[in-house]
Amino acid sequence: MKLSVQAKVVALLFSAGLFAGCSTTGENMDDGAYGSDVQPIDQDGGSTVYGGGDQGGISSSSMTEDERMEIEKQAEQAALRDITTFYFDFDTSEIKPEARDVLMAHARYLSSNPGQKVRLEGHGDERGSKEYNLALGERRANAVQRFLIVNGASRGQMETVSYGEEKPAVMGSTESAWAQNRRVELVFE
Amino acid sequence: MKQKISFRLPITIIAAFFVMLTAAGSAQAELLIRITEGADSAIPVSVVPFAENGSMPVGDKLSSIVQADLAMSGEFRPLPPEKMLSLPSKRSDVYFRDWRLLGQRYVLVGELTRTGDRVEARYELFDVNREERILGETAGAPASNIRSLAHHVSDKVYEAITGAPGAFSTKLAYVTLERENGKSRYRLQVSDIDGKRAGIRLESKEPILSPAWSPDGRKLAYVSFETGKPAIFVHELSSGQRTKVADFPGLNSAPAWSQDGQSLLMTLSKDGNAEIYQMNLQSRKVTKLSNHWAIDTEAAWDSAGKGIFFTSDRSGGPQIYYMAKPGAEPRRITFGSRYNARPRPDNTGKYVYYVHQRDRAFTIARTNLETDEETVLTRTESDESPSVSPNGRMLIYATKQSGESVLTVISADGGAAYSLPASEGDVRDPAWGPIVR
Repeated sequence: MKLSVQAKVVALLFSAGLFAGCSTTGENMDDGAYGSDVQPIDQDGGSTVYGGGDQGGISSSSMTEDERMEIEKQAEQAALRDITTFYFDFDTSEIKPEARDVLMAHARYLSSNPGQKVRLEGHGDERGSKEYNLALGERRANAVQRFLIVNGASRGQMETVSYGEEKPAVMGSTESAWAQNRRVELVFE
Repeated sequence: MKQKISFRLPITIIAAFFVMLTAAGSAQAELLIRITEGADSAIPVSVVPFAENGSMPVGDKLSSIVQADLAMSGEFRPLPPEKMLSLPSKRSDVYFRDWRLLGQRYVLVGELTRTGDRVEARYELFDVNREERILGETAGAPASNIRSLAHHVSDKVYEAITGAPGAFSTKLAYVTLERENGKSRYRLQVSDIDGKRAGIRLESKEPILSPAWSPDGRKLAYVSFETGKPAIFVHELSSGQRTKVADFPGLNSAPAWSQDGQSLLMTLSKDGNAEIYQMNLQSRKVTKLSNHWAIDTEAAWDSAGKGIFFTSDRSGGPQIYYMAKPGAEPRRITFGSRYNARPRPDNTGKYVYYVHQRDRAFTIARTNLETDEETVLTRTESDESPSVSPNGRMLIYATKQSGESVLTVISADGGAAYSLPASEGDVRDPAWGPIVR
């Protein structure tokens, strides 16, 4: 189960062109950007996810198979929600298929936590025209917003803003940098 | 659609290209020859150092500034003073045979006289072949303002020779960006078109973009993120007074003034997606001019002030469109590649300039609106934000050199010109100001 979550995360990274960038250009990843965009999957897992299992009095044998599956499912969902950045191809605002599970997890979370607000920040890479990129960043943020609404979040929980090409995640004019800059970031308040 | 590709490079990047061309083989080497031809077509002109009566302020000489102005237009090739055979300051001392021998077409002579706090320039321009005076004038300015006086002389000389008004007295607005320790500092600046006398008009930690000059040159409209989201401000330069004119939900961007200065075209997404609106600056009432599910943005009035050019991706990718009057059915202008954006028409009505993707490079191109012929003007790779000089003869745009954003000026047909030195950090989003009478 856990493995499959990691597999998805890895797939997501590939889709962002992060690994592809390394292999084609031979450049090193920017560790800072990498770390801020994608959290290691186990980072919070120890305390948040498996905390229940450490509670002294409850032996594992008293859990039903369903309960155990539910806990694992929640763990998986929480792990998915560590990913808050979603990448796009050049001049498109289409959500990539591999981003869907993660966005679904965010939508469910927002749905079950109506007080939670999130800011959707749309960005583009540096190529092309600034004002067009500003509009494109907004369209990307709107695409993510629509997806979250369709899957249970409510409009009132979200605000969108586009920065166009003004706030790159990674500096530089390489395919890898561009791929990491064409993105929507979910910023939870 | 015909597509003529002609490459002429700004002088500043020739060196870099030479390295690339050498590696790339002979196929592209021809480009360099064309550049040389372009430079050869510049008109030879001699700006003779002016005679001086009285003490002049320290700093650049007036004649040096005039010489630099004419050179940076790309249309003139000034003779270095050390190659001149004589340094006349009045007609009786001008020996036309000498100037013909030096291959000169025009000679500018003059003298400066200091009276109190003022400097007066008396100057004359001669056509060497016809042995005729084609310009003679006196003009004065405060001694502290010798640079303005020089740009005025350049304007007069330019107009006397080309017939088009000079734009050397006009201003540039642009945005500089410094990033350090994860913090950004955006500065909206105004300078002369040679980058001198730059002054900061606004500083912000958040992005500032898309400065646009009012037709009288007194105000700038721009987009500022200082409130956390994009809003359009109008900024009066003399007083520094700022007014937030558009702060609707979503985008508030791409401001462009009408010719009467009474309204702004802008991109708003308050109704769901990016559309072009016109705002009356008195009433603040907005009228929607485009209506399409695609992105519509980057609007600009045509030279007559009747029709509107804009960017739309309604065909699948960004292309330039034109509506003959506000709200009219748009007509597509560009077909030459899959990405054309940010149209800026010139004052003659003949050309529209824009960002143009060619293979993997983003260049500046123009389309002749009479013939539909498209010409690629630059061969740098990340060009954006073209802005045409008010006389239609020059073009400024943002590009990258060694990873930093710089501004480059080229003549409107793509001939060689100059790069503005970046003081620190990136320089972007240039806007060429109007000619102020």
